[in-house]
Amino acid sequence: MFLFFKKSCVYLAAMFSSVVLLAGLSSMALAEKKDEKKKESQAAAGATLASVKKAGFLKCGVSQGLPGFSSTDAKNNWTGLDVDFCRAVAAAVFNDPTKVKFTPTSAKERFTALQSGEVDLLSRNTTWTASRDTALGFDFAGVTYYDGQGFLVPKKMKITSAKQLEGATVCVQTGTTTELNLADYFKSNNMKYKHVAFETNDEVIKAYEAGRCDAFTTDRSGLYSTRTKMKKPNDHMVLGDVISKEPLGPVVRHGDNQWGDIARWTVYVLVEAEELGVTQGNVDAQKKSTKNPVVRRLLGLDGELGNKLGLDNSWSYQVLKHVGNYAEVFERNLGMSTNLKIERGLNALWSAGGLMYAMPIR
Amino acid sequence: MKSLTHWLYDQKVRNVLIQIISLLVVFGVISVLVYNAATNIKSQGMATGFSFLQSKSGFAINQLPIHYTEDSTYFRAFLVGLVNTIIVSFLGIVTATILGFLVAIARLSQNYILNRLATAYIEILRNLPLLLLIFFFYFVVIRSLPLVRESWHISEVIFLNNRGLYLPALIHEPGSWIVVVAGIAAIILWFVYSGYVNRYQLKTGRRLAIWPVIVASMVGVAVLTLLIGTPFSWEFSKLGGFNFNGGIVVSPEFLSLYAALSCYTASFIAENVRSGILAVPKGQLEAARSLGLKRSVTLRKIVIPQAMRVIIPPMTNQYLNLTKNSSLAATIGYPELFAVFGGTVLNQTGQAVEVLAITMGVYLFLSLTTSLVMNIYNKNTLLTER
Amino acid sequence: MNSPPLSQRTSVLGWLKQNLFATPLDSIITVVSSLILIMLLPPLFEWLLFDADFIGSTKDDCDLNGACWVFIKERLVQITYGFYPYEELWRVNLSFLVVGIGIFASLTGRLGSQSIWLALTSTVIPIGAWFVLRGDILGFSEVETAKWGGLMVTLIISFVGISFSLPLGVALALARRSSLPILRLLSTIFIESWRGVPLITVLFMSSVLFPIFLPPDWQMDKLLRALFGVLFFASAYMAEVVRGGLQAIPKGQEEAANALALSYFQKQRYIVLPQALKYVIPGITNVFISLLKDTTLVSIISMYDLLGIVQSANSDPEWPGLATEGYVFVGLIFWIICFGLSRYSMSIEKKQNLKPR
Repeated sequence: MFLFFKKSCVYLAAMFSSVVLLAGLSSMALAEKKDEKKKESQAAAGATLASVKKAGFLKCGVSQGLPGFSSTDAKNNWTGLDVDFCRAVAAAVFNDPTKVKFTPTSAKERFTALQSGEVDLLSRNTTWTASRDTALGFDFAGVTYYDGQGFLVPKKMKITSAKQLEGATVCVQTGTTTELNLADYFKSNNMKYKHVAFETNDEVIKAYEAGRCDAFTTDRSGLYSTRTKMKKPNDHMVLGDVISKEPLGPVVRHGDNQWGDIARWTVYVLVEAEELGVTQGNVDAQKKSTKNPVVRRLLGLDGELGNKLGLDNSWSYQVLKHVGNYAEVFERNLGMSTNLKIERGLNALWSAGGLMYAMPIR
Repeated sequence: MKSLTHWLYDQKVRNVLIQIISLLVVFGVISVLVYNAATNIKSQGMATGFSFLQSKSGFAINQLPIHYTEDSTYFRAFLVGLVNTIIVSFLGIVTATILGFLVAIARLSQNYILNRLATAYIEILRNLPLLLLIFFFYFVVIRSLPLVRESWHISEVIFLNNRGLYLPALIHEPGSWIVVVAGIAAIILWFVYSGYVNRYQLKTGRRLAIWPVIVASMVGVAVLTLLIGTPFSWEFSKLGGFNFNGGIVVSPEFLSLYAALSCYTASFIAENVRSGILAVPKGQLEAARSLGLKRSVTLRKIVIPQAMRVIIPPMTNQYLNLTKNSSLAATIGYPELFAVFGGTVLNQTGQAVEVLAITMGVYLFLSLTTSLVMNIYNKNTLLTER
Repeated sequence: MNSPPLSQRTSVLGWLKQNLFATPLDSIITVVSSLILIMLLPPLFEWLLFDADFIGSTKDDCDLNGACWVFIKERLVQITYGFYPYEELWRVNLSFLVVGIGIFASLTGRLGSQSIWLALTSTVIPIGAWFVLRGDILGFSEVETAKWGGLMVTLIISFVGISFSLPLGVALALARRSSLPILRLLSTIFIESWRGVPLITVLFMSSVLFPIFLPPDWQMDKLLRALFGVLFFASAYMAEVVRGGLQAIPKGQEEAANALALSYFQKQRYIVLPQALKYVIPGITNVFISLLKDTTLVSIISMYDLLGIVQSANSDPEWPGLATEGYVFVGLIFWIICFGLSRYSMSIEKKQNLKPR
């Protein structure tokens, strides 16, 4: 029955060749990316842009599914604010917003993914904190969404303020600043609480919906977004209290200033375009006819900003043409026309009472 | 030249060469890995070292066997996780062993229905992924429990709802140590007496009853407790605000993990026990029967002691597996070692190398110690074998 | 065939008396367990089959009396293939068909030389399948591994884990039993270290630590990293199984080989391994079963295996409250595969025991 073992010579040969092939497989897999090999260290200036251009696409780290920021629809197309930012950067580099490879990352993996070069840019509702900026070796390119931590509670609890949560059980996702803010908040208000921490957002939602917790806490945008995933979204409400500052923005590796600048000025181009009223629809017309020197600089008609970034001088036009300005991105993904129905609030322009303020492009 | 090839063909020289080469290769690989890690960490400016263990953790943990607050250190959080792992593993091991023995005995029973039921239990559970069982218990079974305000209860003392199991807590009052000491003394007395009974039986062939001593000592402890004015009280769980307060809370995360681990491991232990019992030679049973021993005595004095020799090594393996499997708790939020340390602490500090090294080190230490003890045990039982 | 003694050849009533009502305690057990079965089984089958809904395409097609299998039906493609593009599914089917043929041929020998098939199945076929599935080569469009999921990922991980860990395991087992102390020590350390830690920490290490330990400009696909983690982990267990097989070989065999002045490799190749590997097939199957069950853990490093994809489908707002159906279905698939494999390994064991050694 095991006749073939008699020919064990062949078998052994198979075994050894499989080891060799295994090594081959791994080196082939590595060789896929090997052409990106750089002489200097990973984060050396200019390295990221060069490797992105060479690969022909941008590797962008996003979340595993947070409607409005980054999530996939039934056809596995990515949508969301964070996703659109990735597309904006791709448009800036390639004049093609589809040249992005999205890598879903968990809260835990996101930083190693960026550190190891698995992604070139992390656009994953990540809070800008001092320790992340310093100890983890990152640079934050700006803020694409000003957020704050809040609480989601079932309406039938008849709670109006977080101060009434004394003794409550709170569900939270582990490995986030949220968990720390939660502890700080209850401690500073001298309140007791119980908390249950889960690995993924999905598990938190499931536990909260099952009544395991009285409240669910995360960034308020996340609460609105999560609520749309629930069975009965209208049975739950987001409390008015904001217990922390959560500036969310794209992250790049520390050290490659050119790449950091590209990300940073992409953020500002989106905001500046809104200030100047340049939209996806009128950008062509504006480019043709505008006399406004500020708009001309924004669109790269005057000045050398694009070239200095190592990009085409029409990079900002490409961003706006393919993705639109900040207001359009916001409306499309989070605004009143979506399920999330989030108001601009802090994310309105500075001139409209918000915090969005672009540094002058000149 | 000729002498060199001769030298190369010398078996001893070759052996030494092979070992040196393999050692070099291993060291080479390790040093490349370490070098890479060092370069990566340096070029990305990541923090290193174990000093983070002493800094403030800042997060809460929902099952605290030892004192811990948000102001405690990461090291303290590590200890909490470790103790929680030990708690669930220990309780799981005890339950799985008892359940496993029961199922094994049922599987060997003459009763057709019982036999089939036990077989079904073993075959179903052994062939399912443990994680599936954990999810099932947590997201399906616990979910079907009532809400806080509609808790099931046993005469308002024990409550069960989807927030957990609420038991009354025993509160010590001054003088309680006397009762504790008396209780321990009573237990020691049982052991001493049963040892005496065994020796007496060996000498005379007559077996004295043990139960009068047990009853007498228990009555004695009870009377003592009453005499010094019952230095205990019960703290009951009471509904207040959002949750029940007071008493002991057993979290649903613990309950589902504990249930899944015990049921799953029991199905493996049952098979080990069964093969152990079947390994006892039939002659032993026949000899016991011809001596006129009762079935229960045969089982206790003849079968189990001999079966144990076969059972214990694979059983230890199962215990180890259970301990390692308790790390799956991370998926349902039970704060054991991996969830607290490999999860939360790793995230908050970002020091993946150090944190994972410590976590894996702990499991490795537990495994190696157990297998060391096991090897010693094996040697000892082999020695006594005829 | 010996016929049983007369007293054991009994009527139905006799059978009942002997097997169900032998002693008073037995009778009580029989009555109680039958009652429990009567209470449990009918509702279970009603829920599973008779009251369940099979027809339709939305949640509204299900009433609440029984299971809603419509949910599973609608999600079946996703449960099997994950987010693999619909138009490209033939690539998955083709790869699995070829691997299946390879396994069948190397186990039964119906399609020609087993050794050649085995060599193909454990080397060329999986590697070829990887490139067909991954694409971006030979005109196949690229499908990132992030889009792979469901049963497909479960099978890929466990199959690759088992087939590639066999050679590694054999090498480790030989090293652990060799007479060279340093080799023995190194292999023992390797084996015991992997066996001593939970798989979940290994997977975590592969997802979080591997990138740090690789040269700065190397990157490895996430699935590939997980595969390497699983491979090391499985090879440690495999080594122990093979070592068991090596120990089962009578010492005389090796002594005879030595007497013939065979070299170490000749001895292993012609005498020891052929005999040892025959005895470890059941053991390998058992490693495979536990590996298959353990692949569910990859959902923790955010890969969507069979369990992971059902877990995420459970949080679909269109299909609320169907966790039980999802888990039961996944459980059923795992159970069928694992139970089948365990029966297979038992039947081989039986055949071996019948043969005189």
